[in-house]
Amino acid sequence: MEIFVQQVVSGLATGGIYGSVALALVMIYQATDVVNFAQGEMAMFSTYLAWSMLNAGVPYWAAFFATLAVAFVGGLAIERVVIRPVENAPVLTIVIVCIGLLVILNSVAGWLYSYIQKPFPSPFPAKPFKIGDIFFGAHDLGALGVTLLVLVVLYVFFRYTTLGLAMRAAAQNPVSSRLCGIRVGWMLALGWGFAALVGAVAGMMIAPIVFLDPNMMSGILIYAFASATLGGFTSPGGAVLGGLIVGVTENLVGTYVRFIGTELKLTVALAMILIVLLVRPSGLFGRVAVHRV
Amino acid sequence: MRRGQGWLRAIPPAALALGCVLPFLLSNFRLFQFTQVGIYAIALLGLNILTGYNGQISLGHGAFYALGAYTTAIMIDKWNVPYGWTIPVAGLVCLAVGFLFGIPALRLEGLYLALATFALALAVPQILKYFEYWTGGSQGIVLSKPEPPLGLGLSPDQWLYFVTLGVLVVLFVLGANLLRGRTGRAIVAIRDNPIAAQAMGVNSALYKSLTFGVSAAYTGVAGALSALAIAFVAPDAFNVFLSITFLVGIVIGGLASISGAIFGALFIQFVPNWAQEISKAAPWAMYGIFLIVFMYVMPRGIAGSLWLAWTRLARVGRTGRAG
Repeated sequence: MEIFVQQVVSGLATGGIYGSVALALVMIYQATDVVNFAQGEMAMFSTYLAWSMLNAGVPYWAAFFATLAVAFVGGLAIERVVIRPVENAPVLTIVIVCIGLLVILNSVAGWLYSYIQKPFPSPFPAKPFKIGDIFFGAHDLGALGVTLLVLVVLYVFFRYTTLGLAMRAAAQNPVSSRLCGIRVGWMLALGWGFAALVGAVAGMMIAPIVFLDPNMMSGILIYAFASATLGGFTSPGGAVLGGLIVGVTENLVGTYVRFIGTELKLTVALAMILIVLLVRPSGLFGRVAVHRV
Repeated sequence: MRRGQGWLRAIPPAALALGCVLPFLLSNFRLFQFTQVGIYAIALLGLNILTGYNGQISLGHGAFYALGAYTTAIMIDKWNVPYGWTIPVAGLVCLAVGFLFGIPALRLEGLYLALATFALALAVPQILKYFEYWTGGSQGIVLSKPEPPLGLGLSPDQWLYFVTLGVLVVLFVLGANLLRGRTGRAIVAIRDNPIAAQAMGVNSALYKSLTFGVSAAYTGVAGALSALAIAFVAPDAFNVFLSITFLVGIVIGGLASISGAIFGALFIQFVPNWAQEISKAAPWAMYGIFLIVFMYVMPRGIAGSLWLAWTRLARVGRTGRAG
């Protein structure tokens, strides 16, 4: 029983991280109909920036927020410079450009920081908590808390601020929004900025668990894809919930299903994506896309 | 037929003649590189049939390359099958698996197919390592290079080159005929306007899964040849970057173009080698930049741009003579 509860809690912690990467994917998808294949690498790159600052002696939380700022500006810049020229191009073109971005970020990180794994500090105490008879990793709980905090902030932003409202409007109906005086192009860029920021939080929370290296996000990205597909690419809340479900499932399957263990983790994610896409392509909470022909 | 096209018709035989002379001019190492070019060209043609002509995005064709390579390696390693027989078998296995994967792919349009195949590409090395009894786990399988038939007086490298060249010519002729005819028009029609294609009586579902199968078969044959050429297969060679390399190849060579497969193969074989001299990471940074820049300025790749240049030159020539 204790093992079960521990696995569920640590599943929730990693699930929260998958959920936040999934949330970043969904934010970009909703605003621009692009699935950002470079999302994971953007998060990885931000995490390296944080590592550089920490290495230079900057205190953790200062480095944390500085990284968020840089990630936000970086995401904004990528939308303006790289994505905007192909905004209305066919899907294949956009996918190829995102893949291009992925390999550039991956190799530049490898170039600057080498491919050797680096430890990344956690802001939370190393000593585990004991509640009842069960131990909980402080980092697990902390990561879960940070993820939930980010969600609440985003929810408040999109629900109660004028800018958030403008961004939602631009995503939902670009033409009418433009008529109301909303600068739709900039709203999309802001969407990329926020997605990069959420990705950076996820990167800094996962790095203490998986260690820092240029390929650290590839596994997480596929889980985030699975989460977003499960929750539905049109539903931000669904993406997060999908992340939690995927995280817990991953841990329980890894512990209790002998033949899968940890060796077929990615295959489990692949199977989840395929099953969801085949059985319920819009995901658990997504809207069914209706196309006019 | 427009004037000037007669010249173009001479290019494939000339290229083939050049291909036949190459092994007697180059060192073994260079020749091995050209064998690789041939192998990549076959794989790229396969991917191009699916992505370029049929419009189904695959970011996971490395999986079929791996399947072909492992089919050959396992047949030789476990059952001592003569290597010549393993190539068609690898093609058939990939045809079947590709066709089956094509069925769920029918329901995944555009982005979702890209996503599912991307996940497939990421999962391949793990799957290969898992079935350790068959695949030798992360150690892989070591093969020996095929011996050339006695009496030809060829070195193993030269023989392998000619085998690859032969397979390449057969598959390219087949592919060109397939794409030129009724089937090819159906494949392209599905890409350009699926609804209109169906209204014209094209069985979209059947054609799409068949295209997936054929595409996978081409890539599988290429994988089988690569297992023979390198004489070694290991899971980590078939990671997600292999699939991305193929994507780079068809984008640079030219989407929906047969000659593009050759240009793309030359690019992915030689350019990274030169870039490697700068840094280990440089080839990939360059791939990324090329991908994005080509999408902006040369969306039809090298083949498309050459064609454009040729038609413009021909037009200038004509008006020059007329005036």
